[in-house]
Amino acid sequence: MDYEIVIGLEIHVQLQTESKMFSWSGTEFGLPPNTQTDPVSLGLPGTLPTMNRKAFELALKTAVALGAEIAPFTKWDRKNYYYPDLPKNYQISQYDLPFSKGGHLEIPPRKDGGGGTQCRLTRIHLEEDTGKLTHGYGGLSEVDLNRAGIPLLEIVSEPEIRSAADARGCLEELRLTLRYLEVSDCEMQEGSLRCDANVNLHIHKDGQTIATPIVEIKNLNSFRSVEKALLYEADRQYKEWQKNGKTIKDAPKTTRGWDDDLEETKPQREKETAADYRYFPEPDLVPVVVDAAWLDRVRQSIGELPFARRKRFEAEYGLSPYDANVLVEQGQDVADYYDAVAKATGEFKLASNWIQQDVLRTIKENKSTVAEFPVKPEGLADLIHRVKRGELNTNQGREILGRMIETGEPAETIIEKGGYKMVSDREAIAAAVEAAIAANPQALEDIKKGKKKPEAVKGFLRGQVMKQTGGKANPAMVGELLEARLAELVP
Amino acid sequence: MSQDTAVAMLARMESGEVTSEEIVRSLLDRADHERRLNVFVHLDADHVLDQARAVDRRRKAGEPVGRLGGVPVAIKDLLCVRGEPTTCSSRMLKGFRPPYDATVIDRLRNAGAILFGKTNMDEFAMGSSTENSAYGPTLNPWDETRVPGGSSGGSAAAVAAGLAPLSLGSDTGGSIRQPAAVCGVVGLKPTYGRVSRYGLIAFASSLDQIGPFAHDLTDTALLLKVISGRDPRDATSVDLPVPDYSATLDTPPEKLRIGIVREFFGEGLDPEVASAIQEAVKLYEKAGATIKEVSLPHSKYGVPAYYIVAPAECSSNLARYDGTTYGHRAEDYSPKYPGEENIAELVRMMMVSRAEGFGPEVKRRIMLGTFALSAGYADQYYNKALQVRRKIRGDFDAAFREVDVLLGPTSPTPAFKLGERTADPLSMYLSDIYTITANLAGIPGLSLPCGFTSQKLPIGLQLLAAPFAEETLLRTARVFERATDWHTRRPKTA
Repeated sequence: MDYEIVIGLEIHVQLQTESKMFSWSGTEFGLPPNTQTDPVSLGLPGTLPTMNRKAFELALKTAVALGAEIAPFTKWDRKNYYYPDLPKNYQISQYDLPFSKGGHLEIPPRKDGGGGTQCRLTRIHLEEDTGKLTHGYGGLSEVDLNRAGIPLLEIVSEPEIRSAADARGCLEELRLTLRYLEVSDCEMQEGSLRCDANVNLHIHKDGQTIATPIVEIKNLNSFRSVEKALLYEADRQYKEWQKNGKTIKDAPKTTRGWDDDLEETKPQREKETAADYRYFPEPDLVPVVVDAAWLDRVRQSIGELPFARRKRFEAEYGLSPYDANVLVEQGQDVADYYDAVAKATGEFKLASNWIQQDVLRTIKENKSTVAEFPVKPEGLADLIHRVKRGELNTNQGREILGRMIETGEPAETIIEKGGYKMVSDREAIAAAVEAAIAANPQALEDIKKGKKKPEAVKGFLRGQVMKQTGGKANPAMVGELLEARLAELVP
Repeated sequence: MSQDTAVAMLARMESGEVTSEEIVRSLLDRADHERRLNVFVHLDADHVLDQARAVDRRRKAGEPVGRLGGVPVAIKDLLCVRGEPTTCSSRMLKGFRPPYDATVIDRLRNAGAILFGKTNMDEFAMGSSTENSAYGPTLNPWDETRVPGGSSGGSAAAVAAGLAPLSLGSDTGGSIRQPAAVCGVVGLKPTYGRVSRYGLIAFASSLDQIGPFAHDLTDTALLLKVISGRDPRDATSVDLPVPDYSATLDTPPEKLRIGIVREFFGEGLDPEVASAIQEAVKLYEKAGATIKEVSLPHSKYGVPAYYIVAPAECSSNLARYDGTTYGHRAEDYSPKYPGEENIAELVRMMMVSRAEGFGPEVKRRIMLGTFALSAGYADQYYNKALQVRRKIRGDFDAAFREVDVLLGPTSPTPAFKLGERTADPLSMYLSDIYTITANLAGIPGLSLPCGFTSQKLPIGLQLLAAPFAEETLLRTARVFERATDWHTRRPKTA
């Protein structure tokens, strides 16, 4: 089986604006049907669209962040087709002069060694979203126009993604980037990020490359389904080719829908004739001119993007690519939090461990966010300092962080109240070591006779010492003194 | 009283001689009496009286009543009035009541105008005779066997017949100027972008403009001022100051240069119309204007280009009327012909609703436009027509470097007989041969009465000016109006 998979993505992203692309009603998700409408978004006779400048600016921000070229002059076009979710029976979109061309999506490196490349973009354009049809009982359909007119970015990639995992990777990276930019919440479940994939195979046989017919996959409702559907489709196309030998020249592009339950793609009903959208310039809107000053302002509004941030975390803090990614992919808040703790402590790896193991776990358990996390970066930095200085051992630190989260009190208060000072008194610890050995003669015997591995016995004894000291003993000192005493007893 | 101008009515109301209620009562009676003219498609007497009484109360209390306080204004049936039937004289929109006011309606209300009914028109403004109406044709008040022009025939006839001193129409290819000419009233199409189109039910968005009808220029200036200006709800409305047209109207333009368009005096021009225009030229010459012949070489492509661009936009603008959420929905859309059972029920519903709801001229233009925009044809037709549009605008720009105003006939003929051109769409299209280029170029144009034919049919003089030079247009027209009395003539109605 010698083939390559070739994938191109067509991604739709709803921009996060207060009002619609061309009218004033709101854009909130999940409200009762047809409550987020106005005469313009309902397409009532006589109404006219007016451009939402904020939406255009978010679109510009996105395109600039994706390295695209911004057209100094762009216009709107009407895409004409009849469908009940399209109140005017045309969609205001962009045809031959989109506001942005080119750019690229990053495909982050994966643990399996894949990724680490880029996928070029063909174009990005702005349009209005359509409404939504719900197919109900008795063959009736219901139209909800809350979504109609929400600003929608269409991002079209070049067909040059070479694996299902890469396709998923670049979609995930796009979502992360757009969330960093605060232009979209990119919830696939809510439809604010939607993706169709065009896919075929390049089969290598007898020194030749044979391309299979292109299939457009729709109904991809999660990142997981994108990856699964592409893997399924590659396998299906290969088998199909083995069966009938049809190539791209023998069959037109077809559309298949992904069934998440059955985990397979199924043919979708085709339009009998090729769609003719009869595009023409939208006469109700004026062209948009993007001057250098506007573009500059947009550029300055863009902060550090995930890709750059990962690289910086690796270079500046010496983190592994894995750790850098974990901190960055959680979103801007988490990465900012880490930046603050790392800078305040100078303990880059330690800060990363604490955040990954304790902060993120707590947030995940409580289904909350970093913004709501009661311990601010300074508080965590202070705790890490104390552990580092040897005032606390790691376990104590954990316990204290737990109390800090519960009470919102600083470490200092909790330590004073709870007697959390770590015992670093050599004599006291030496006495505890002595007592532990005396209380467990069998342990010493085991080492002497070589019955058990010495490390296991030592671990047992360390635990006994900690128990005696109420968990407060300096673990490093316990280890050192135990080691020394055993060396005397078992030469 | 019914044949008074708006300014005369205002004066009489201000002096306390009459109330707005008295005026509208007399006009309502008259409208009832002249019902056979078929001017109004909707006129709610109670609603009109309520508005008039409200203005009278304010005036009596000494409160400001607005520039048009208490003056009735008839409204073409394609301007949305909140809660009132607005149908574009189409079966398709029968019973449609918009939930909002057009911007011009807002402005009329703010100026204290009385919204005096909705006037008949060619369906969706497509036509030049008001015969393409689901409500039947409007009759020309000067000769009831003839058409009032169109598409704003109802609005023109309303003023001519003294049913309202002022009215609003819309002009996409001549739909204000041509009916004004053949009904013997003043009609002005403003520069594209001067008046907000928000709430104007679109025919061809890049050509449509709302404008006033009146007995004379003084009234025209008054109404134009009220409706003009930038509107944030219309992206194509232009943010330029609106002059006080009334203040400068009686000041003749200095060193006036008038251009006579060679191409506007060709084949098809009625000799009586031609001679009335020649008289007008002489009058201007006598008044001291410099007369110069100019050429608009691309104007011969105006009608063909128009009949690509306007239908193309119309095919898209009218796509929304599909019976789904408002307007006409067919009751029976079961399959009638072989093969139709394979068409989805929803699609059949849309097809039959549109087939029943639209009249033949609207269907003709939707088909023309759909074809002109189709893949493989768009370059040949639509894009070519856009090039022609730029050339036509170029012609005008060049002409307005040499002259201030262009002068010519508004319509090649006076009002034609009812039914005379309905069977021949092309002859109907040629009614707009002198008006269409102004829409393609976006420039302002005005028609004013300049005489009568031997059959006592009004003749219109058309003046065109550079973009946003409405003030020049009005002042130039006023020079002619002051020297003539055509604007004081009224038809002898029964």
